[in-house]
Amino acid sequence: MSATDNAFQTALTLVLGVDPALMGIVALSLQVSLTAVLIASLLALPLGAALALWAFPGRGMIVVLLNALMGLPPVVAGLMVYLLLSRAGPLGQWGLLFTPSAMVVAQVVLVLPIIAALTRQQIEELWGEYREQLSSFGIARWRAIPTLLRDARFGLITVILAGFGRASAEVGAVLIVGGNIDGITRVMTTAIALETNKGNLPLALGLGIVLLLLVAVVNGAAYVVGETARRRLG
Amino acid sequence: MNDMRLPPSILPLELENVSFVHRGQVLLDRISLRLEGHGKTLIMGPNGAGKSLLMRLCHGLLKPTGGRIRWSGHANGKAPRQAMVFQRPVLLRRSALANLTYALAAGGTPRSRRKLLAWEALEHFGLTAIAHRPARVLSGGEQQRLALARAWLLKPEVLFLDEPTSALDPAAIKAVEDAVADFHRQGTRIVMSSHDLNQARRLADEVVFLYGGRLIEHSPAEVFFSQPQTAQARAFIDGELVW
Repeated sequence: MSATDNAFQTALTLVLGVDPALMGIVALSLQVSLTAVLIASLLALPLGAALALWAFPGRGMIVVLLNALMGLPPVVAGLMVYLLLSRAGPLGQWGLLFTPSAMVVAQVVLVLPIIAALTRQQIEELWGEYREQLSSFGIARWRAIPTLLRDARFGLITVILAGFGRASAEVGAVLIVGGNIDGITRVMTTAIALETNKGNLPLALGLGIVLLLLVAVVNGAAYVVGETARRRLG
Repeated sequence: MNDMRLPPSILPLELENVSFVHRGQVLLDRISLRLEGHGKTLIMGPNGAGKSLLMRLCHGLLKPTGGRIRWSGHANGKAPRQAMVFQRPVLLRRSALANLTYALAAGGTPRSRRKLLAWEALEHFGLTAIAHRPARVLSGGEQQRLALARAWLLKPEVLFLDEPTSALDPAAIKAVEDAVADFHRQGTRIVMSSHDLNQARRLADEVVFLYGGRLIEHSPAEVFFSQPQTAQARAFIDGELVW
């Protein structure tokens, strides 16, 4: 028990003292996950909107697939990206394995289905409501997309935050494709797993505290966004 | 407000054997109809008679599964400027004012003029106090007046109203009926559905009576109300339930 107490105190000192090793890991985590969420959003928002607005052959399959992929185990995503990027894999010559870029790719694979599937739900609901009025204005379907994305913006911000939560909290995918290399691909979650195994509880706990704070901030932001939407838009 | 002179009629609107079949069910059965002049047409009939559907077809929101709809007043049969006000107004998740400027933008009004025109419409419909409120938290009556203000800005040649007062209290109904009169004075052709007989008597110049997806009567209002030609219309006017 006292060992844990001690570790907790040291962890706090590390966090409050802005320990450079710890901050390096935090910074890389944020960089990887934010990049992944940005790329995933750029792809998934239009994809989700398109799925909501157009009926085409195979649409149902894509929707089911996206919904299923929302629950994709991170280790499996990691394995898939590993096979893709490994020396013998189809994209092996890019030499991305065990780099932060590989970790971004793996997290995009994890986050994209979440953002696309939830975007489709939100846009489909809004389109059901707006459809007649917008056609009455003579607005064609593709011209309705900016209106729909704008009017669903608060819901979509929550969707993107959910994606970021998933990206920053997962460990399996980044561990496999990143390799947890000190100073290069070591992020918060992989560092916590490693340091706990090594018995270096202070660093593991310190990172745990930062990760918890991050998750709390993201959820707080989602809450504020939701409340603002209710107040401002009815 | 604007030009008081009546513009040349953009009608007639001609429907030729228009049918609408959905999942094997005939919802509208070979409707032939000619709307012209500047009057107010009330589409009447019991629930499920096809009133809303007929207006959606005329407005172009749906395509008929049979027959033809033609705007012949315009060169090459192109549809005139038209607007529709729905039973439950669909307002965007924005302020009342932004809902109006959005409609103007959709209609191609240059950005510099939108605000001014929108404020004029808010004033005309007594809505200036709620200009910056989110449209979707307004009362039912305010929402419907905002929808009318929005239609007003589109300067429609034909205005379709689908039971616009069915969910409103008497004061709000009065406001809607006044607005309809305003549109009419402006030269807008009014096509409105209602199952409220008193309202129809107040507003109608002519009546189109639908029953079970068929058009069974189309006559001037005074003829329709005093000498209905069919048993169903007689029963409807006498307030009996017709099915």
